[in-house]
Amino acid sequence: MMTNPTGRLTQGQFSFLPDLSDAEIALQVDYGLARGYAWSIEYSDDPHPRNTYWEMFGMPMFDLKDAAGVLIELGACRRTFPQHYIRLMAFDSTRGVESVVMSFIVNRPEREPGFALERQEGAGRSMRYTLRSYAADAPEAERYRR
Amino acid sequence: MATAETAVSDDLATAKRKRYAAGVLKYREMGYWAADYVPKDTDTVCLFRITPQDGVDPIEAAAAVAGESSTATWTVVWTDRLTACDSYRAKAFRVEPAPNAPGQYFAWVAYDIILFEEGSIANMTASLIGNVFSFKPLKAARLEDIRIPVAYVKTFKGPPTGLVVERERLDKFGRPLLGATTKPKLGLSGRNYGRVIYEGLKGGLDFMKDDENINSQPFMHWRDRFLYVMDAVNKASAATGEVKGSYLNVTGATMEDIYERAEFAKELGSVVVMVDLIIGWSAIQSMSNWCRRHDMILHMHRAGHGTYTRQKNHGVSFRVMAKWLRLAGVDHLHAGTAVGKLEGDPLTVQGYYNVCRDSVTRTDLARGLFFDQDWCDLRKVMPVASGGIHAGQMHQLLDLFGDDVVLQFGGGTIGHPAGIQAGAVANRVALESMVKARNEGRDIRNEGPEILRTAARFCTPLKQALDTWGEISFNYTPTDGSDFAVTPAASN
Repeated sequence: MMTNPTGRLTQGQFSFLPDLSDAEIALQVDYGLARGYAWSIEYSDDPHPRNTYWEMFGMPMFDLKDAAGVLIELGACRRTFPQHYIRLMAFDSTRGVESVVMSFIVNRPEREPGFALERQEGAGRSMRYTLRSYAADAPEAERYRR
Repeated sequence: MATAETAVSDDLATAKRKRYAAGVLKYREMGYWAADYVPKDTDTVCLFRITPQDGVDPIEAAAAVAGESSTATWTVVWTDRLTACDSYRAKAFRVEPAPNAPGQYFAWVAYDIILFEEGSIANMTASLIGNVFSFKPLKAARLEDIRIPVAYVKTFKGPPTGLVVERERLDKFGRPLLGATTKPKLGLSGRNYGRVIYEGLKGGLDFMKDDENINSQPFMHWRDRFLYVMDAVNKASAATGEVKGSYLNVTGATMEDIYERAEFAKELGSVVVMVDLIIGWSAIQSMSNWCRRHDMILHMHRAGHGTYTRQKNHGVSFRVMAKWLRLAGVDHLHAGTAVGKLEGDPLTVQGYYNVCRDSVTRTDLARGLFFDQDWCDLRKVMPVASGGIHAGQMHQLLDLFGDDVVLQFGGGTIGHPAGIQAGAVANRVALESMVKARNEGRDIRNEGPEILRTAARFCTPLKQALDTWGEISFNYTPTDGSDFAVTPAASN
């Protein structure tokens, strides 16, 4: 377990709240759809804060207009990767934004072992820092096994 | 035909002889007043609020403002005739009484694009707010708003990072960012200072912040601060799995000092550095270039602005400062809280936020915006709300400012009765609850307090925060509100 007040990875919009139910997730998806965002599902077993590219579970759902469709895809992703981090992301293609505008975690591994902070001492008391995910010590396919 | 042409040119010569005869002319007669002038798309247009001395005609006063902020001197000079002088004269073209302010007038003045060096706020401000504000025939003058032509906007690079790319770098989307200023401002050693940073970030804040007057005083050398702060930032990042930052204030006595401090911040892996407004325009643009070269977010603390932005009758409006700072290129800008301890009425403050974040800012008199301003895809500035705000106001803050803002709770984090981490948790839970509720379609402006109380049931630190600060508000009359009441007509 991680030692921050939530005991878990705090990336995303809602990590400090109790896990969202599927009904609550659908409301967030609706909010994004009403604004013309495209939803996509990504999963990863390496939650390093600078691991930008989680795996895509299919393409972004550009033409999908119903939250139920996103929930169906999410269900499929959860069944395939029950012990991975899964996040929902909304993209806004408006000129001047053209980026992610919502992102929250909807699935977590049972145990979240967190990160080691490695320090490499340099000259003049300066320090180089490296963050290492404990889970990522295991080979790719063997992380977060029960 | 020949005779007629000769007559016309004789008239012109006579007119010019009279215009440039030695002596003192009224400004309006020198070409600084042009009632029929239609500003060109390439002109800069300024709106001044002027208070002429008793007995001074408002049109003459407006012409004087145009003159003194462009080419004029107090007397006629023959050397004008060596130049295409009409180009260089700013032209006042409209004057009207300011609403509900006896003795004050709005004056619109247009400036040709040749007047300003490309990409230089220093040059533009040297004209527009140079001599003119000390001019004796005016009791007071204030630059209320400015329309900067697209052609001139494109000579600036703008924010080095911009709020969209900042979010991508930080991997934080769909909610305001959370910060806190380390307190007490003065006296903490580097070691103690880093403790506050660590607790705040680990508790759930995205950013911590040096205060504006933390530079390198006897109690804490800047290198010491940077070293301890970066240890805290990295430890908190490991504890949460999030990218964290702390605005390292690199403000120093000289540009060399500033660069030296920024380089060290970069070596230590900071994602952000900070400067104070008081370092001046040229230094700000230099630091903007430095940040662009080094993938660094540039945080701007507007220290000192209140000395010239606050009084309604004299100085420069903050909306003008925000426009200049977006051009000069800062990523974060303190732009007011509306509900906190520092000056600003809600609509006026929203006007500043629009200037920071819009692609095109539209005229909106109720928000103090007198012009349309096309930003030509210039990156957007992340506004910062800081000063006397707390978790109990989360619904108001989110409702007023939306997602693209850094909400900074200094006292509201560090002063939490159960400690700094608890303070951070309270703020983060309040924020996430409110964003979630808003997205679910709830009316947060009215249901906000109830949403917070519900969240406090599963979050003791939030309950403690609400019990401590829930009733605190700063309700004083702003000195700088809009001149235009909010009516259906004004909001068109």
